[in-house]
Amino acid sequence: MKLQKNTLFALYSVLESATNPGRQYSAGEIALKYGISPHHLAKVLRTLGRAGLVESVRGVGGGYRFSGNAKRLTLMDVVQLFENVDATPQRRARHRSGVERGLATVLAEIEEISKATLQSISIATMLKLIQRQQRR
Amino acid sequence: MSATANAVRVRNVQAADLDQVAAIDLEITRLSKPGYWAGIRQRYGTGRRQQRFFLVAEAAGRIEGFVIGEVRDWEFGSPRCGWVFAISVRPRTRLAGIGSRLLEAICAGFRRQGVTKVRTMLARDNQLILSFFRSQGMMAAPFIPLELDLH
Repeated sequence: MKLQKNTLFALYSVLESATNPGRQYSAGEIALKYGISPHHLAKVLRTLGRAGLVESVRGVGGGYRFSGNAKRLTLMDVVQLFENVDATPQRRARHRSGVERGLATVLAEIEEISKATLQSISIATMLKLIQRQQRR
Repeated sequence: MSATANAVRVRNVQAADLDQVAAIDLEITRLSKPGYWAGIRQRYGTGRRQQRFFLVAEAAGRIEGFVIGEVRDWEFGSPRCGWVFAISVRPRTRLAGIGSRLLEAICAGFRRQGVTKVRTMLARDNQLILSFFRSQGMMAAPFIPLELDLH
């Protein structure tokens, strides 16, 4: 599973804001930290806002803050806002050659493992992993 | 009745616990395994082998969960490490830290055996238990489970 830029930006934003749930982050602040376009990130944040994962705070010093449940929200919940994770190459399986079917089976195996990993890691677990790595 | 992790005592399994252990397993897996639990207790719960563990979490005289595991040498080519084969907590008493207490207890037992690594294996669609182990800091191991249909 190769994640698109939007997905990575969304994960950066969710993890960054979930680190300090009460704090407001501007798109520019997150964009600067990760070296990405603030304009591009603003679009991603709007999608996250519509999904209820962040909420926008208006006014001076406004921005976005985390509004999801870090223990319940998984990496997959964020990823599938931006990726079609259910897209499967099985659609025309009957018309494929043996080589294509064989490769599709192996690629589907990789996909299943990727999905299981993303589904099993909550934002809270991810934050603990980040903290452990920072302590090393 | 709910049980918090603080009110829970983790101890070695006793013969009298087996009915409750089997009932917890049946409630979760919906599969009855007559005879299986007695065999597991014989192998893991008698305390005759120090590297084998069958622990239960008890609160107010009731078994709320259990964990089973063993220290194994060179299993799947791996140097001596602890393996957790099963961990279960009554659905109604979950999210109270009982699973964490059970895992901590068995890991403490593994450490006493000189082990510095713990491993487990589970179905990749078992999101609940996968998430639990992940929340405890477990990461993917350098192994890939494989299988073959035998016709």
